[in-house]
Amino acid sequence: MTTVPDRARASSHLPPGPAGPDGRGVSRRGLIGWVLAGSTLAVAADLTVGAAPANAAVPSPPQVPELYDLGDLQTHSALPTSQLISITLDEQGVAHFAIPRAEVGQGITTAAAMLIAEELTLPVEKVRVTLAKARPELVFNQLTGGSNTMQSMFTPIRVAAATAKGRLLQAAAIELGAQVSSLVAKDGVVTGPTGSSVTYGALATLAASTETVAVEVALTPRSEFSVIGTPRGRDDALAAVTGRKQFTLDLQVPDALPTMVCRPPELNGSPRFVNNLAAVRAMPGVTDVVLVPTGVAVRAATFGQCIDAVRALDVQWNPGSVTGESDASILAELKAAELPMAVPSVPLLATTLDLRVEFMFRSSAALEPNCAIADVRSDRATVWAGLKAPIVAQRDIAEAVGLPQGAVTVNVVTGGGSFGHKLFGDAATEAAVISKAMGKPVKLLWHRADEPRQGRVHPMATSRVRATMLAGQVLTFEQRHTSVVTDFGHGLGERLTAMAAELPANLGGMGLSQSIFTLTQELPYDFGVVTQLLNEVDTRFNTGSMRNIYSPDVACANELAVDQIAKRLGQDPYTFRMGFLKNAKAKRCLAAVAKAGGWGRSLPAGVTQGIAVHTEYKGATAVLVELDTRPATVNRTVRNAVTGPRVTKAVIAVDVGLVVNPRGLEAQMMGGVSDGIALALTSSNHLQDGHFLEASWDNYFYTRQWNVPLEFSCIVMPSDEELPGGAGEAGVAASVAAVACAYARATGKVPTRFPVNHGTISFTPKTFVPPVPESPVDGLSSTF
Amino acid sequence: MAQHTFTVNGESVTVDVADDVRLLWVLRDVLGITGPKYGCGINVCKACTSHINGKAFNPCSVRVADIGPDDEVTTIEGLADTVDADLHPMQEAWIERDVAQCGYCQPGQIMAAVALVNKVRAEGRAITTADLDGIRNICRCGTYHRIREAVVEGAKGM
Repeated sequence: MTTVPDRARASSHLPPGPAGPDGRGVSRRGLIGWVLAGSTLAVAADLTVGAAPANAAVPSPPQVPELYDLGDLQTHSALPTSQLISITLDEQGVAHFAIPRAEVGQGITTAAAMLIAEELTLPVEKVRVTLAKARPELVFNQLTGGSNTMQSMFTPIRVAAATAKGRLLQAAAIELGAQVSSLVAKDGVVTGPTGSSVTYGALATLAASTETVAVEVALTPRSEFSVIGTPRGRDDALAAVTGRKQFTLDLQVPDALPTMVCRPPELNGSPRFVNNLAAVRAMPGVTDVVLVPTGVAVRAATFGQCIDAVRALDVQWNPGSVTGESDASILAELKAAELPMAVPSVPLLATTLDLRVEFMFRSSAALEPNCAIADVRSDRATVWAGLKAPIVAQRDIAEAVGLPQGAVTVNVVTGGGSFGHKLFGDAATEAAVISKAMGKPVKLLWHRADEPRQGRVHPMATSRVRATMLAGQVLTFEQRHTSVVTDFGHGLGERLTAMAAELPANLGGMGLSQSIFTLTQELPYDFGVVTQLLNEVDTRFNTGSMRNIYSPDVACANELAVDQIAKRLGQDPYTFRMGFLKNAKAKRCLAAVAKAGGWGRSLPAGVTQGIAVHTEYKGATAVLVELDTRPATVNRTVRNAVTGPRVTKAVIAVDVGLVVNPRGLEAQMMGGVSDGIALALTSSNHLQDGHFLEASWDNYFYTRQWNVPLEFSCIVMPSDEELPGGAGEAGVAASVAAVACAYARATGKVPTRFPVNHGTISFTPKTFVPPVPESPVDGLSSTF
Repeated sequence: MAQHTFTVNGESVTVDVADDVRLLWVLRDVLGITGPKYGCGINVCKACTSHINGKAFNPCSVRVADIGPDDEVTTIEGLADTVDADLHPMQEAWIERDVAQCGYCQPGQIMAAVALVNKVRAEGRAITTADLDGIRNICRCGTYHRIREAVVEGAKGM
């Protein structure tokens, strides 16, 4: 241990508690970090530093004090470090940081490591970023969603890292007998004026503090960045390609045997009685069979034996939540709920454009199905799962198994994709309930068939647009979006957790949804009087937001309307947009894709271009696609597949402000384009007789290799912004809109339902009883 | 229960498990070899793609009883050993292109890619767009375009 004279003013005069320095009112060059008491160097920053107050995200939100009744907030708020995130340095000179967010493929651990490396002047390889367990004291600050991670974590992580560097330099000054100002830190080594040096590893103990103190730090100015903004591969790339990357199902927890659930034939049905319980319990490998609210759970030596047992179960079922309902009946319900247009009075000579578009249910399932490991004992529970709102999951699990929240440990595991799916702890809670019922640890896996049939779906919705035009101008633009209720049980927009969303003041969710709609939807055009309103009905479905909340549907409807307005006014879609866009970032993105993609270039008959923009998350995207609708392409056949029109080229430009890792950003954009193609052309759930028909990736037609653009490019726009915007969801909306616009131009008719192939059921539905298909045995006949 | 002996990643293993348990679960639940992933269990998503005697197959759809003592199963964990290197050229290409996002499907993607390259080589030709279009492995992160580039790149090193 060493006492360090504090160049950065060890500030005993600063208030130490949570009501203390929060970054607001402090210049960005004078932020406050904390040196924590510890045996090696540990530093921290307040998670709210540099961020807007949490409750600024939504008008009339629940106030923070209202939440104290729900959690252990009073206890937590007494802790001086309640909102701190910490970085520790070990004796090998490796910096460790447990990020209170979930890595699900979006690359945030890589980006966080880059931020730490930048401020610490440490090689990125010497930074280990892991995922924090549920930390209920963080309240608003452990939700991964709304493309918000880099926005919210950018400054706090840097402050913590800068604090560490300051402390290391002070320790080095003593060790090397030199002034701090004469030291140079590079690649984890501090060198003094005489050439003598000391490593961070050697300084880790010397720089440790016996008490927790606040220090003022300055961040590296943007002009001196050498890591931030440079393209970097993922931190887990090697683990991913060697099979060493561990997901929830790969964890070995003692006695947590494979477990699956025999699920009801109708959506949200429940089990009443099992006719052959004893027989199934006696099946090979089976250890336990229990009834739980969601179905009949089976635990066995292997998942294969679980599947066999699930198929063998003879269960009497209670009906589900949407008995007898179908796409048509829910669409009728939405139509009846559509809010009326209220076009302001316009001159008599104005012409009117009306457009109404329907969007079908879509499954947000990732490739890793819902899964979780749970070990519930009489006095405690431990759970492992990919969770983007682990505090909410912790609370739900505690409630479901009758334990205090503090007795539930929730480990956040790297997820195999999310797309909004992992915002909900459905599998974690279900696993805990099953573990309690069996009195044993379980490793729960949803069968693939369970996912589209009983899992979360993106709500069915309709969007109506009415625009009026006169003399080359758009006078009014109105939109009425009507949706099956979107479940925000995981959190309130970008910042709040379910604790807030489920407060009595928000019951019904209507005000909440409309608030989120209003805050995420903006029309980037000068279209005179603009109104965009949302109405939501029907709470009977298991919903969630699939990679973006309302934007992909809203943008698709809007951009289709924009193309039609341009056509009425006799203008080219690109020229028209450039003339009417009021958002400078969107204009630059649009111009970039038009140039790079060759807007208006000569194409064979049957190949059309589509172009679209979207603004959200403080940024903008534009997409240009070319769609091949020639018979030879549309009619190509691939076994058990949907082919149809093919996007042959996609160019996307994105401006998200300051870019931390352009390579990661490009990856997100490619994924956004893949999603947009599927949303426009192929992927949907069909509701029929109270259940969804889809049960396989060969039923639910997400983009596959035969649908992929042959040419793809991503343009990352330069930006002078000091802060990053959101990226994870940013690529979807303009992509679906561009494909839809290209399709409308190709066919000469604006589609009124998406995906465009929804009217055709391109598969034979699998059985509902049993609920999962048989495991094939012919795998050796299709080797290659 | 019955005993089944075969070779996995160069090592002979004997497992005591019922005949009809599919090989994916023998690998994952019995042997703890977790590179091959479950994504559907019905030979559709291809996340479990591995090799049997050098050819791509999906262990979710093969009974352990149908694997004989002379059969050599290779999972992603054993791929590099087939070329006696730290990494197979296809894995190198994957890292070079930073293909993976969440990574869940990628072991299967790489195993399918290696088999595809070997197949077209055996046919005496180069990989075509149609070959790439024919890859059935799903990637829900939508990394498809990078996969296409990496397959072509990886083939150069094979």
